[in-house]
Amino acid sequence: MRTLAGMTATVASGLDEVARSNAALRAFLHGLPGVDQVGADQRAAMLGTRSIKTTAKAWALDLAIRMVDLTTLEGADTPGKVRALCAKARRPDPEDPSCPPAAAVCVYPAMVGVAAEALDGSGVHLASVATAFPSGQAPLDVRLAETEAAVRDGADEIDMVISRGAFLAGRYLDVYSEIVAVKQACGDAHLKVILETGELATYDNVRRASWLAMIAGADFIKTSTGKVSPAATLPVTLVMLEAVRDFRAATGRQVGVKPAGGIRTAKDSIKYLVLVNETVGEDWLHPDWFRFGASSLLNDLLMQRTKMSTGRYSGPNYVTLD
Amino acid sequence: MAFEYAPAPESRSVVDIRESYGLFIDGEFADGAGGRIKTVNPATEEVLSEVVEADAADVDRAVAAARRAYDRVWGPMPGRERAKYLYRIARIVQERARELAVLESIDNGKPIRESRDVDVPLVAAHFFYYAGWADKLGYAGFGPDPKPVGVAGQVIPWNFPLLMLAWKIAPALACGNTVVLKPAETTPLTALAFAEICQQAELPAGVVNIVTGAGETGRLLVEHPGVDKVAFTGSTEVGKQIARSVAGTRKRVTLELGGKAANIVFDDAPIDQAVEGIVNGIFFNQGHVCCAGSRLLVQESIADDLLAALKRRMSLLRVGDPLDKNTDVGAINSAAQLERVRQLSELGTSEGAERWSAPCELPERGFWFAPTIFTGVSQAHRIAREEIFGPVLSVLTFRTPAEAVEKANNTPYGLSAGIWTEKGSRILAIADKLRAGVVWANTFNKFDPASPFGGYKESGYGREGGRHGLEAYLAK
Amino acid sequence: MPSDRLAVRKTYKLFIGGAFPRSESGRSYPVRSASGDFMANAALASRKDARDAVRAARSAFGKWSGATAYNRGQILYRVAEMLEGRRAQFVAEVTASGGDADEVDAAIDRWVWYAGWADKIAQVHGGANPVAGPFFNLSTPEPTGVVAVVAPPDSALLGLVSVIAPAIVTGNTVVVVAAEDRPLPAVTLAEVLATSDLPGGVVNVLTGRVAEIAPWLASHMDVDALDLAGVPDRQAATALEVAAADNLKRVLRPAETPVDWAAGPGVDRMLALMETKTVWHPKGV
Repeated sequence: MRTLAGMTATVASGLDEVARSNAALRAFLHGLPGVDQVGADQRAAMLGTRSIKTTAKAWALDLAIRMVDLTTLEGADTPGKVRALCAKARRPDPEDPSCPPAAAVCVYPAMVGVAAEALDGSGVHLASVATAFPSGQAPLDVRLAETEAAVRDGADEIDMVISRGAFLAGRYLDVYSEIVAVKQACGDAHLKVILETGELATYDNVRRASWLAMIAGADFIKTSTGKVSPAATLPVTLVMLEAVRDFRAATGRQVGVKPAGGIRTAKDSIKYLVLVNETVGEDWLHPDWFRFGASSLLNDLLMQRTKMSTGRYSGPNYVTLD
Repeated sequence: MAFEYAPAPESRSVVDIRESYGLFIDGEFADGAGGRIKTVNPATEEVLSEVVEADAADVDRAVAAARRAYDRVWGPMPGRERAKYLYRIARIVQERARELAVLESIDNGKPIRESRDVDVPLVAAHFFYYAGWADKLGYAGFGPDPKPVGVAGQVIPWNFPLLMLAWKIAPALACGNTVVLKPAETTPLTALAFAEICQQAELPAGVVNIVTGAGETGRLLVEHPGVDKVAFTGSTEVGKQIARSVAGTRKRVTLELGGKAANIVFDDAPIDQAVEGIVNGIFFNQGHVCCAGSRLLVQESIADDLLAALKRRMSLLRVGDPLDKNTDVGAINSAAQLERVRQLSELGTSEGAERWSAPCELPERGFWFAPTIFTGVSQAHRIAREEIFGPVLSVLTFRTPAEAVEKANNTPYGLSAGIWTEKGSRILAIADKLRAGVVWANTFNKFDPASPFGGYKESGYGREGGRHGLEAYLAK
Repeated sequence: MPSDRLAVRKTYKLFIGGAFPRSESGRSYPVRSASGDFMANAALASRKDARDAVRAARSAFGKWSGATAYNRGQILYRVAEMLEGRRAQFVAEVTASGGDADEVDAAIDRWVWYAGWADKIAQVHGGANPVAGPFFNLSTPEPTGVVAVVAPPDSALLGLVSVIAPAIVTGNTVVVVAAEDRPLPAVTLAEVLATSDLPGGVVNVLTGRVAEIAPWLASHMDVDALDLAGVPDRQAATALEVAAADNLKRVLRPAETPVDWAAGPGVDRMLALMETKTVWHPKGV
């Protein structure tokens, strides 16, 4: 069961089989190969030393912009703030029409309607954090209703949180069932499952939660809500990338990955792209399969982009603050 | 769409290679009496410089200078003063780190990422570590007031030129010995840069002497009657010659020789890290590593999956310009070494093993060999027994822990070994049974100045590094 | 004792793998006392006896080196007990070989001294290394393997014990060539070892000509270390050291000056026959 071969056999025989009971799920998840923390950290750190220059950097900056889920998740969010964000996502650099749009705007369910209107016809996706974000501590029917409302109002991507409490208590089947239910509530909308890796604490748990989410039907697995520290890290993302790679090898289904929270600089985002490149390869180097959940990152990407084209360093007065 | 990394070359402008170098004897560079040898950049075959091939008279002068410095200055100097010189050297290595890294990569062919992140930082760390011992030798467990041995004759290899120099010189000097060191003929440049560092540190003349040359110069040094202590890192074959040549003398000897390490992967290993460990174990420094994990022993039940993952990972290795900051595997150090790697690899094929090489474009000029694995290898194959000292991995399988141990130990070598399993008790049991001086469990090719290094059996004797590394440089 | 009773003499044989065989060659040589009187015919070991002894030592190595240090210490102490019980016999033999009673007492005490080291040497000479990274790193001294020893010619019992005990206490197994002209205490010591719970093959005793047997041991590719304590002749020692280089045996050269075997031995002999193994493991959750 611990081997990759074992995994292949189990999954190929049907995902239902794995999830037929909590015991079966537990046996499967705990049969996944372990993750040595030091080794994973060192692999991520080594990839962080890659030197991405000139044409490669220009290419990576544009790709990173296209992968940003431009996010505002504040109690103080207003329709005005959300509209401004949508304008930014559609056209991140008003001075430069060659600058690509962001991947999506990510807002609370109450703001979905405003955002849907502001993004209409742009091709920018609209994501909403549903399911009692960020804690997930609400009755299931409330979380499902919230999901349905967000989809009804125009969200085509739903970012849900798992119950870390249930996961850490070993109630894997509960977590699984909730994801299945939310997936159903999503309808055609894509489901991103937030693992909140900072609360899962170990890479072994991150790997297990990744598989659990994927078996339950996640279209994306996402590191964090951004409300818990640590949020996204390179090694956590590495472990999740390994999981989607192995999951595709085992089932044929490709799942996306979204690190979120704490990624603020263009340099950081390029490290993530290197990580993607050297862990899962070019199949994932596309906004359909890799996203950054971020807010301030976009402006740094824009400043770096300007530096590449003008040859001088830009400053915060030359990018729009919203 | 593919993510193509643009070239990211480290600038060569930080190094200033002279057209030719003399010998460093008694604190000064001096012309040698011997002939000259050229050192080339193995990545381009460009001639970098000419150095002296020191002859008997040169070695005589160097040993005499070391003896004078030992008798008059370094031997009598209080440990706390010796310590300060070593600290100075450590600091200058840090200050000139970038230059040393670039120089090492140019002369040796190793990737700048490794010379920058591994070799040079470890060199500085080694001098810092032994600097601290210089005035604390009485606490090292070798008697209350241990004395130095005298003049050390040290011969080092080309795979980690500056790091091996540090492994030799730092403990020798900390213990109060003086040294004559011969760098490898294909990689003399960082040793000569180190001579300049000794000058910058105002190390007393004659404490460190660098004589360049080939095997004959090394023989003259090792057999010189004025040498009290011989330290050699290199091939087992030469190690045996040295052991014979010092027989019947009072010379102390430490030998750090070849290896054919087993890297054992059990079915419950942390697979992704194991794959990294296998890659790091054999392709780090182009496999020019005496402790390389050159025999992969994988449990049969996971062999197919592991090999698939390994090949996938190997396909990502970036082979090429050592000065490119993104290069993972650099150039083979010399034409002669490339020829040896080729010959042994051809032997692997002719003996029936299945060869697979990572798909990578190799530069036209220079000495290159694609990362390669052989599967279907048995213990009887020569590629499973002989040290290839290149980026070539032999893959064997086992079924039970006992079989893994038996195969791992079934070699005249005993330098290092690797174990990959998530089960702690298994690690401890297997580590106990492996006849190897360094056992890496769930990691590989880690080095630290505080950690003793050295082999069992024909991998040599004595330990370098750590408290244990002092013993060879203290009189009994 | 009634003078008309004829004494039953002992046949002095080899000690290999826990048994007492005659030399496979069928040869023996007369051993004379310090005063020149005939004492016994000792077995004259051949190269094949040396080969058999190495094989016995190798097969005993796994179990002996794998025994707990406590167990090895107990057995070495047991050797001292057994030796004490046969003290009178040893005094007679050692005296006849030119030694004295003090040598026997010192030999018994030496076993006791080394017995105590069994579970301490790794603590004193191993330990944790504070490496700069998230790693557990531990160095432990381990036995080198099969050790061939040429026992000192001048000290038939104390010298012999002083070279065997430091080798085996840490888990090595030994093939020892007894003092050529004074081999009888070595064979009697073998009888003690055979009755002290020491597993067969841990110590193997050959009697005979050093010049004939030692080269075979020095060149033997399954011997890991060579102790030349009993080869004072410089040329002979050099030749043996050269032969030992064929598989890079650890070589203990003979001392430059005559050794006072009664003096405190220190830990050098133990350490010279040990290898340091360093194990790394990551520290992570």
